[in-house]
Amino acid sequence: MPKFKKSSNTSEEIPTAALPDIIFMLLFFFMVTTVLRETSIMVAQTLPKSTQLSKLERKSLVSYIYIGKPNKVELYGEQPKIQVNDVFIEPKDVVRFVNVEKDKLSEVERDQITISMKVDVEAKMGIVSDVQQELREANARKVLYSSLKRLD
Amino acid sequence: MAKGKNRPAAEVNSGSMADIAFLLLIFFLVTTTIANDKGIAMLLPPKPDPNEPPPEVTKNDRNIFKIQANSLDLLLVEDEPLKDVGMLKDMIKDFVLNFRKPSIEGKELYNSLPATLRSHVQSKGKKENSSDEPGEAVVSFKADRGTSYELYIRVLDEINAAYNEIYGQRVGITAEEFLQLDKSDPQQNEMYQRARKGIPRAISIAEPNKIGG
Repeated sequence: MPKFKKSSNTSEEIPTAALPDIIFMLLFFFMVTTVLRETSIMVAQTLPKSTQLSKLERKSLVSYIYIGKPNKVELYGEQPKIQVNDVFIEPKDVVRFVNVEKDKLSEVERDQITISMKVDVEAKMGIVSDVQQELREANARKVLYSSLKRLD
Repeated sequence: MAKGKNRPAAEVNSGSMADIAFLLLIFFLVTTTIANDKGIAMLLPPKPDPNEPPPEVTKNDRNIFKIQANSLDLLLVEDEPLKDVGMLKDMIKDFVLNFRKPSIEGKELYNSLPATLRSHVQSKGKKENSSDEPGEAVVSFKADRGTSYELYIRVLDEINAAYNEIYGQRVGITAEEFLQLDKSDPQQNEMYQRARKGIPRAISIAEPNKIGG
């Protein structure tokens, strides 16, 4: 079929020059939507599930408190511990932690600080309410019980 | 066709560029977390003033919906044991929308409710031992130090679900849609304020006691 043979001159390659651009777009999307892991979490974190979830409105005002059983049980024991910024603290140190976090914010926003409590489901209310009492003491009253979506 | 001068165009092979970008992408995928900051928002009560005596409870007992949990994760709701946590939502809804003896504001509030909520009040409400009006109603939750956090969140979730459903129904949307209202948008903010007007989300978290009951 000579008719078809004639066109075999043209290049059959698909131009792939735009592929890197597409991948870069994906990359930038991920860079913008994600945050780098700041602290390594040293306690068990199986978050509870609930249905009435609200979103945090301003990320910059949020500080995190992690509560749960330590991952290194042989080192820290079985009892749930409180972790902030890579260290374990006692409930009485929560006030100081909140004040440090408040100092990072600008003056007008200090009272709007939100504490996101990431508490493991295995934890008991005793330690959670100790932290809550200290938060009241430190005048950081906005609390978010971090939780996952339950579907039912 | 000039045969001899048909040189191929000088081109840098950029086929591997995509691979490099992929490597970067995968690096980011592994090292980052998608922030999933969602949860149940709560406002803790202010710190008690040491110079002032604790405020006296002036509320009528019937205006307080009492939920207690012990260290075995058993619930006592309005002095009766409750097995199924899922029933709490409807109980609280009925309790808040009771209108036993509404004041003038309470009557106005009742008249401002949409027909669906009013018929709900008519069919379920006006119990003698339940709240006077939504403005007076308080849901009190007291946990033990040994209560599991899971149950605590479950109960808080139910309480919030009850209120969100009332708010949602009031402006004609579901509880889900009510939660997703964007308060920075004036139109949605107006809707949010309208839904909440006159029905405060009064949740009282009592300090847990030490002895398992």
